[in-house]
Parts: sequence; C-alpha cells; structure tokens
Amino acid sequence: MDMSTPMGQGPKMKLVMVGNGMAGVRTLEELLKLAPDLYDITVFGAEPHPNYNRILLSPVLAGEQTVDDIVLNPLAWYADNGITLHTGKKVVKIDRSARAVEAEDGTRAEYDRLLLATGSNPFILPVPGADLEGVISFRDIADVDAMVRASGQYRHAVVIGGGLLGLEAANGLMKRGMDVTVVHIAPWLMERQLDEPAARLLQKSLEAKGMKFLLQKQTAELVQGGCSDSSPSGGGGRVAAIKFKDGDSAPADLVVMAVGIRPNTELAESSGLHCNRGIVVNDTMQTFDPRIYSIGECAAHRGIAYGLVAPLFEQAKVCANHLALYGIGRYQGSITSTKLKVTGIDLFSAGDFTGGEGTEAILYSDPIGGVYKKLVIKDNKLVGGVMYGDTVDGAWYFSLLRDGKNIDELRDHLMFGQDHCGNLGHQGINKAATMTDDMEVCGCNGICKGDIVKAIRDKGLFTLEDVRKHTKASSSCGSCTGLVEQILAVTAGGDYSATPKTKSVCGCTDHTHEDVRAAIKQNKLLTIPQVMAFMEWRTPNGCASCRPALNYYLISTWPGEAEDDPQSRFINERAHANIQRDGTYSVIPRMWGGNTTPSELRRIADVVDKYSIPAVHVTGGQRIDLLGIKKEDLPKVWADLDMPSGHAYGKALRTVKTCVGSEWCRFGTQNSTQMGIDLEKTFFKMWAPHKVKLAVSGCPRNCAEVAIKDVGIIGVDSGWEIYVAGNGGIKTEVAQFLVKVKTPDEVIEYSGAFLQLYREEARYLDRTVHYVARVGLDYVKKKILDDADNRRALYGRLLFALSVERDPWLERAREGKAKHEFEALSV
Amino acid sequence: MNKWLDVCAMTDIPQLGARVVRHGGLDIAVFRNAEDEVFALEDRCPHKGGPLSQGIVHGRKVSCPLHGWNIELISGCAVAPDEGCAREFPIRLEGGRVWLDAATIDVEAA
Repeated sequence: MDMSTPMGQGPKMKLVMVGNGMAGVRTLEELLKLAPDLYDITVFGAEPHPNYNRILLSPVLAGEQTVDDIVLNPLAWYADNGITLHTGKKVVKIDRSARAVEAEDGTRAEYDRLLLATGSNPFILPVPGADLEGVISFRDIADVDAMVRASGQYRHAVVIGGGLLGLEAANGLMKRGMDVTVVHIAPWLMERQLDEPAARLLQKSLEAKGMKFLLQKQTAELVQGGCSDSSPSGGGGRVAAIKFKDGDSAPADLVVMAVGIRPNTELAESSGLHCNRGIVVNDTMQTFDPRIYSIGECAAHRGIAYGLVAPLFEQAKVCANHLALYGIGRYQGSITSTKLKVTGIDLFSAGDFTGGEGTEAILYSDPIGGVYKKLVIKDNKLVGGVMYGDTVDGAWYFSLLRDGKNIDELRDHLMFGQDHCGNLGHQGINKAATMTDDMEVCGCNGICKGDIVKAIRDKGLFTLEDVRKHTKASSSCGSCTGLVEQILAVTAGGDYSATPKTKSVCGCTDHTHEDVRAAIKQNKLLTIPQVMAFMEWRTPNGCASCRPALNYYLISTWPGEAEDDPQSRFINERAHANIQRDGTYSVIPRMWGGNTTPSELRRIADVVDKYSIPAVHVTGGQRIDLLGIKKEDLPKVWADLDMPSGHAYGKALRTVKTCVGSEWCRFGTQNSTQMGIDLEKTFFKMWAPHKVKLAVSGCPRNCAEVAIKDVGIIGVDSGWEIYVAGNGGIKTEVAQFLVKVKTPDEVIEYSGAFLQLYREEARYLDRTVHYVARVGLDYVKKKILDDADNRRALYGRLLFALSVERDPWLERAREGKAKHEFEALSV
Repeated sequence: MNKWLDVCAMTDIPQLGARVVRHGGLDIAVFRNAEDEVFALEDRCPHKGGPLSQGIVHGRKVSCPLHGWNIELISGCAVAPDEGCAREFPIRLEGGRVWLDAATIDVEAA
C-alpha cells in the first residue's frame, strides 16, 4: 500500500537504506546533521555486524587490530538515532510501484526514499573447484575469520591476485604463520598502480619477508584433496592444490581470491534500474528512479565506480544534502591515489604514472637502497607518479597533481621533495607516524598531533576538510597541510585520496573566481546583490568569504562605477585600522619611502601623549605603528597626525621600503629613496587581491631586502632591475627577475603594469607569489615585456583606478564620512 | 512588566552591520540584517572575546573579526563544530526604533 506522505508536515517520510557499510552510514550521519527529524530510517545489512571500517580489515587479519577496534557505529548509535536496523537480512526485492523492499526472510519496509548502498562483491574466477571449502575472498569480517581459522590449522595459502587487496591478504596470512604464495596473471605486481621497476622493488622486499610469487600464471583449476591428502582434516571437499594452465601446480590448503571487485547491482538490476558496470547515478547520486539514490562502490558515476573511501564520503555528503531537501551540491568525480597498507613498506602511486606520448618522466632509482621514484609531467603539470621506499612527499605530489599546479619553476627540485622547494612544515620521512602526540602540527592554531588524532578517531573523520573544520589545523596558512594529510592517512587507515579542488569561491556558490570575474565584466554588474542574483548565489547575502572577494572584484573591474560596500569589507578595511586581539586598533601612518620629518615625528609624539596610546613600535616596513587605540578615537588621531593612510590594514599597497641610496651611501649607484617615494606616491590607495609590498635598493648589496617583495627594484650602474612575486611571509619565496630597464619612468610603468595584471587576474587572497606560480613567469613576460601596447594599457587602467580613490583617513578625519562606524551608542 | 529602553532608530544601524551599545560596563552588539531584522548579543565572541559588532553579517549570522567563528544572531551560539555561546538579549523593533529590555541588561551591567 502506498503510504507516502506530504513533505514537511504530518508523519515523517520513510527512508530505507539497503546496505550497512561505510558509505551508506556516512550518508545517514550527514543527513542526521542536516535534518535530524525528517525521516523514519530503516537499514538493512546482509552482514550480522553494525557498520565497521572495511579498510582496516587488513590490519585485523595481520593481528594488528581487533574487530572491535574497527567498528565505526556501535548498535547503540542506531538506537540513539531512532534507526531501525535489520542486520543479517539480505534484501531481495524492490517493489517500485508499491515503494517497498523485501528481505529474504519476508521482512518488508516501505519507503518514500530508498538508498542503495550495496557495495561490491569480490569477483570469483569461474574455474573448476571455485566452490570448494577453503576457497574464499577477502571482503568482510567472515572472510577474515575464515582466514584466521585456516591459519591455525593449515600450512599452504595461495592468494590469487597480486593487486593491493591480494598483497594485503598475503601479508596478513604470512603474519599468521602461513606459507604464502601469491599468484598473479600480469608480469609484475600491482600493475594498475605501479610500473615495473617499482613493482620489482616491492616484490624483492616482500620476498625478503618470506612471501613467494608465481607471476604470469593463469589458474586452470582448484583441486580437491583426496584420501592421500596430508592436511589434518583430510579432504572432504576441501581444496588441496592449485593447477595452472601451463601444467604447473602448487599445494593450497587455503585459496584467497583477490582478483577484483564487481559493483553489487543484482538487486538494482532485478528491479529494473539502469545499470552499467554499477548502478548508474547522476551528479546528485540519483538513479534513473529519482526516489532511489545510490552511493558507494555499487554506484557508477560518470562511468566510474569508486572503491576508495574519500570519494565515497564526498558522494555521501551530496546525497545527504539532497535527501535533506536542501537540493544544493553536486558530486563531480574524484582523483584518487593509492597507498599499500603493509607494515614496513612505503609505496605510493597516483594519476597517470605510465606516461606516454606528450609526457616526460623524471626518474630516481637506487636499487641497492630500495628507493625508486618516478614523476610524470605533461604540459608543465604533474600528471602522475610512483614512489617506492620513500613516500614522504606523496601527499605533496598528490596535491600538486590534484590542483594542476604549474611546476615549471619547481622542476629542478621536484624530485627531491618539498623540503627542497623552500616550504616549511613538511620535513621528515613519515613524520606523522613518528611524531609524539604533544608535538605541534599547526603553528597558527596551536594544534598538536594528539588533538588531530583524537578528533579523527572520536568523530570518525576521513577528509582534510573534516579535520580542518573540527580542529582548525591546516585551516589558516595551510603550510601544515601535508603533515595533516599524513596524520589522516596514518590514523584513518591509509587510504588517501581527495576530490579535486574545484576552487569555487566558497560554499555559497559552485562558480569559480574566474567565472565571477568574467560575469562582472561581461554583464557590467555593479553591486554585490546584482552579482549574487545573476550568478544564483545559494545564500541570501553570501558569507564572510565571498562578500569581500566580490567587493574587490567589483571595484577593481569597474572603478568609480561599482559600489564599494563597507559592510562587505573585513573590519580592518571598514575601520581603516588594524583590529588587535583586545578589540583596540593600531594606526600606521604612511611615510613615503621610509622618510620622515621632525614635524611628523613631533605630531606622532603629541598624539601618543594626547590619546594615552600604550605602545609605539617601529615596523619592518620603515614606519611607526601606534598600538592600542580605542575605535572612537581613530578619526581624531588621524586628524591630529595629519599624515596619509598607511593602508597597513588592507589588501592594498602597504609599504615601499628603501635604502638611502646614492644620496648618502658610499656604495649606492642609484637614488633608491626617490625611486621608492615615486613608486609609493604613484600606487598610493591601490586595492589589490591581497597586500602588496614593494622595496627599492640602490645597489646589489640589497639593504632594502627586495628579494622578498611583491615588486622589488635593484639599482645598478646601467639602470634598474625589476624582480616580482617574492614573498617573506608564510611561504618564503625569492622574487624572480622580470626585466632590466633604464629610467625611473620605465620602472614605474613596468611595475604598474605587473601590479595591474595581478589586480585583474589573481584570485582574491592570492599574493603575487601564488598568482605567478599559477600562470607562470613566461605568461607575465608575454603580457608585459613582449607586448608594449598591452603594458601601457595595463598601466593606464591602473592609473584610472587610482584616480577615483581618495585617502580614507582624510575623508573620515576631516569630512565626517562613515561617522556611525566610530561612534558607540549608549543607554 | 518589561521596561524597554529606546536605543536608536533602525536606520542608525547599517544593513548587514552593527552598532555597539554601551550600558554601564556592558557592551552590547546590536545587529541589523538584510531583511531588517535586529538582534542583540553581548559584544564578546565565546572563543577569545572578539568584538562581534565588528564582524561581517550574513543571513542570520555574524563572523567574528578575530578568528572567523560564525555566531548565530538569534541564539548567540557558535555554528558547529565550534562550541560556545555569546549572551543574547531581548530586543524589539517598533515604530522604526530599536528597544532593549532594561531589566535584562541592568542585571548584566551590574
């Protein structure tokens, strides 16, 4: 009988889930978070267990963990959430017209929404003897139990399949004391993840542990033991040997088939749902019957049925969102990578590691030391890699691959890992595993390894995003991301993969920064509400991430025309001062090129006295910082200082640091101070995707430290050298040589053109170093050096944008602008 | 009976913004969102005491200016997985003016 109910009122809707595995239960968890009271939930599981972590079956088999250790949701969880759980009941029928499912034993449940999470079945070779006792697969707790029992009674184990699962099974059986032979049809092990040299090293080290291999062997038959069988149970339908097509044979008391998995689509197919190597689903995880969803290893999304946990959890998130009637979020596929969970063996592979036409490979091979690395590069991007013996940089390579980062600049050092590329926080082989719990991982947020491990264990986290949300680790500067990913891999079970970064602006939209900029430009959008309406933002007025980005894109695209919305600016840019930890503000007046005068210094001293300013600090940018000012005093302080805004609070032109140059210095070759003043006066009031710092040195001794600035100028005898995209912050990066020019006017034009290119093309919050890393220095040269018209046009657009900006301190101190911002009310 | 105190006109608070209301030693952040709803919270983030009045307002939430915690304007509580609540105060919008309840804020300010 159809008992469907209207949405949102009356009795709850009914959700039935078939399959009680990791992907399905994760969907329920996500759903309960979003809409705890929307559904009456019923779960059918064919196994007699609650949801457990299937990834960790290998350590259980190897005796490193117990079954209890790997249970993710104990029975109490189902009860606490009001979920009706039928364990040990296999669903055999879906009655789609009546919207009900039926289990083998006749248990029936009606549904308004059905979720098929039936997972996969091991593929069993169709050879004679495949149904003998002692022939099993490696898929669930029952299989592990059977293997553990057999290891206590028998000696010879044969594992058919030299892939990831087969090797993990073989390793476990060997640790249980069995004599293990791995039979594999391909010429080398793990041929889908490894190339031949890496596989040979792997084989060698497994052989050293005692594992035997029969490669390029095709199984013909599994032979039953006769009366003469020497095994203790003596025949009786149990396997005793394996025979190959070439006539060889080997003793086998236990045969584990690990030759692959097949999506379990039996139920879906029998009920008429479209299947093609999996239950076919769309980006919202719906099958061809929209009331029926499917996720996990049984689901085929864009032709791929995933077998790793991270993509399945991404699917779960999307599916839950739709079940909760939110209707936002799409699953767009994942890039995956592989790590082998065999203790003592480090192996990592990702992407297209074989290479081929149009690709280049960088190789490192040390057969004696047991280290092999191969990186495959195409069009200056990393597209794949295999590592054996030293996998510490696996996570880093994988992130380069996933983000499609241009590696041209890194190429020389790429093979030697991230430590050699000037990045902090990733050093040390398997650092995550050897760190103690009290060691700090995330310096920004003060998060130790123990905090992260605890959150991963207690809250069942599997993705980097989850860890960021719960612990804040890696959520600020991101330099510990590699380490956090390693901890995640070690703690959550070793499967490491993630979805590609789509770089949408934020959770309010699927559009990328580039999409948004193009729309603003092509459609002449002038306000944030216009952009949000035009691009169908999902939230009524965005969030603290997208609003500042949109505001910048608007004012930089349509200077003078677009509305600059103070409520969409971060407090510092709204108050034109830097908020401090106690809620007071700091003020840094501009000192052109680091020069000041007695009267400026007197005014500063007087202001400090008059407003009882508690701290005065000389900054690294050759200016003076007044700290601890009450917000309501700001306009008065600015009025009394009578100096221009230093913009030290903004994504804007900050300082132009200089040395004293040829005016004073006996080594100086150029008047760097004047050059700095001219640059600073020209680019004053410039908003940008992030802060911008300049410096000018008068000779190559470089006292103004230009190598870590967004634009750095070095005076030489014959002119000026211009360097760009240096960085002195989180990611220390030496600036790259752009061009040498003759005159100060050229310095200003070329620098301005570069800054305008950055202003027009960088994503909000990208520094110049990130922008140039993304587009490549060659691209910048093409736009600025090779094309003089374009350079002048860029510079012209910058000057126009600057012409409409005014000194914000002047407006507020002298003209009473934005008074309400600085005045408190009282009652 | 509640005694309501006249704080300001609604239009004194910028849309998607806030004003600080001083009452004795107590700072109250009074917010106005895009739908012209008003909310009152103690001006202290439950995380590290950041002034919520200085944050970016979106929907019925404010992002703390110090470390970006998102706080629900209705309840004063942090959006999961962060935990903690800022005190919320009764507030009324009537005749285009914003009113706070004297009794509740007096207790707090004392």
